[in-house]
Amino acid sequence: MKVVVCINHVPDTETRIRVGPDGTAIDRAGVNFMMSPYDEIAVEEGLRIRDKFKGDVTVISLGPDANKETLRKALAMGADRALLLRDDGVRDSYAIASGLAAEIKGLLPDVVLFGKQSIDYDDGQVGTLVAELLSYPSVAVVVKLEIQEDGSVVCEREIEGGHEVVLTRLPAVFLAQKGLNDPRYPSLKGIMAAKNKPIEERQAAPADVRVHTVVLRKPPAKNPGRIVGTDATAVPELVRLLHEEAKVI
Amino acid sequence: MAAMNVLAFAEERGGKFKKSSLETVRAARRIADALGGECVALVAGSGVTAEAAGLGRYGAGRVIAVDDPGLAQHSNSAVAKIIAEVARSERATLVFLPASQMGKDIAPRVAIKLSAGLAADCVALRMEGNDVIATRPVFAGKALLDVRISTPVKVFTLRPNTFNAAEEGADAAVEARSVPLDPGDTVTRVKEVRVAAGRPDVTEADIIVSGGRGMKGPEHFVLIERLADALGAGVGASRAVVDAGWRPHDEQVGQTGKTVSPTLYIACGISGAVQHLAGMSSSKFIVAVNRDKDAPIFQIADYGIVGDVFDVLPALTEELRKAGK
Repeated sequence: MKVVVCINHVPDTETRIRVGPDGTAIDRAGVNFMMSPYDEIAVEEGLRIRDKFKGDVTVISLGPDANKETLRKALAMGADRALLLRDDGVRDSYAIASGLAAEIKGLLPDVVLFGKQSIDYDDGQVGTLVAELLSYPSVAVVVKLEIQEDGSVVCEREIEGGHEVVLTRLPAVFLAQKGLNDPRYPSLKGIMAAKNKPIEERQAAPADVRVHTVVLRKPPAKNPGRIVGTDATAVPELVRLLHEEAKVI
Repeated sequence: MAAMNVLAFAEERGGKFKKSSLETVRAARRIADALGGECVALVAGSGVTAEAAGLGRYGAGRVIAVDDPGLAQHSNSAVAKIIAEVARSERATLVFLPASQMGKDIAPRVAIKLSAGLAADCVALRMEGNDVIATRPVFAGKALLDVRISTPVKVFTLRPNTFNAAEEGADAAVEARSVPLDPGDTVTRVKEVRVAAGRPDVTEADIIVSGGRGMKGPEHFVLIERLADALGAGVGASRAVVDAGWRPHDEQVGQTGKTVSPTLYIACGISGAVQHLAGMSSSKFIVAVNRDKDAPIFQIADYGIVGDVFDVLPALTEELRKAGK
């Protein structure tokens, strides 16, 4: 089973975002980056599929040199091969998907995994864009994945207020959601081994940008509200405010 | 300049259109009016014609129904093909879908088929000349990105609960259309939908009651649930309590959970970590109940009670029941 996992290097969830001087991107100075949390789940699932069916796991990241840190982590978790598709420019989801699809096509994978969304630009569309570019089936927001020897797949995905049981067939793309598995921490042995594994690197295939940033801005600041009280005696006043002032109940 | 026609896809579940689809049709109509084009709504599935005319009341000038028993099991790739074909035949240059789980699963495929740029999960749309400028929250709402699509055809998905679904006008004419499907189009299909009865999902709920570490243990979430039920609200949770196994993943609100924008968000025993605030700060009204007066949640709450959740929540539930809410 040939598995490809696409991963991204993103600001830590505790980061306070500052807009950079050109007003279209974040200021990266002083920001801690990490593997996007849903991508960790995708890597874990890839490793489990490989261990069950034999084969190998290739992790791919498209972006600047800094993304190697996240590729290195995936190697430490147990991925067999890492590839940086280098690009220092500005790409939208389509341009990222095009660069990834151009590379993945040649690898002829059985399974392609993504996190359900990268927690930076949050649009959750790259995995499905890649699937369409490759003419692969896809299932998004997957919380359960069962692959059979014959390539048929039964999985569950999350929808509003419930789940869908979805059937498909390999080769296919899956977008991993929290709950699919608990990603492992890299072992010390894994971390040491990853230091000696090479990270292949080549320039990402060029692609047009279709969605252009006009401006990146902070949301309007909210003024702190009113402290209504310090115990249950404040409850009637709170209910009155919600009813008469906010008019939300 | 030729009129720009607008196509809005409406998602139907169990014989009813989702509110997010009505919001999408209404928003599409507003854009069509600004551009002097027609707003056409599209429904696709099995048995979807019956309710289709009602989309006229949300702004559709015409409704196209692709009613196909072959779609009794929903298939993302088949519906994407139908939307793209109808967009072509209607010469639609703008295509709108709800950013529901279904819409987000289909929109990328539609965009590739139409060689279109896609702006996902938009929370606002405005016109600049003949261009639509879409606003998307990024970094879970810590920042907003305004974007412009440069391709001739443009696809947008709209975040549920952020656009209004005002009902005005009359039913629209429904036109049946068929789009031939190949077996290859339905390789991926939904065998079964398991929707839990009861409380609404946090992404769709008008009111959310959410609990954090301050609830002190999973057994005390019954206080959250009772308050939620008194309000007809959804139940949310912080990352800490989901990671601790107190609550299921699908209730998690925040940067690695769900981003929500309800009318009212009641945060109970939640201090307000950056990643949590990111996921809920676009709520219209926020109430916080927390013992720590310095908790960051009070910085964004409209109303706060600096007090004990075990004291305040039962009293609040009782007060609301009394008020008949």
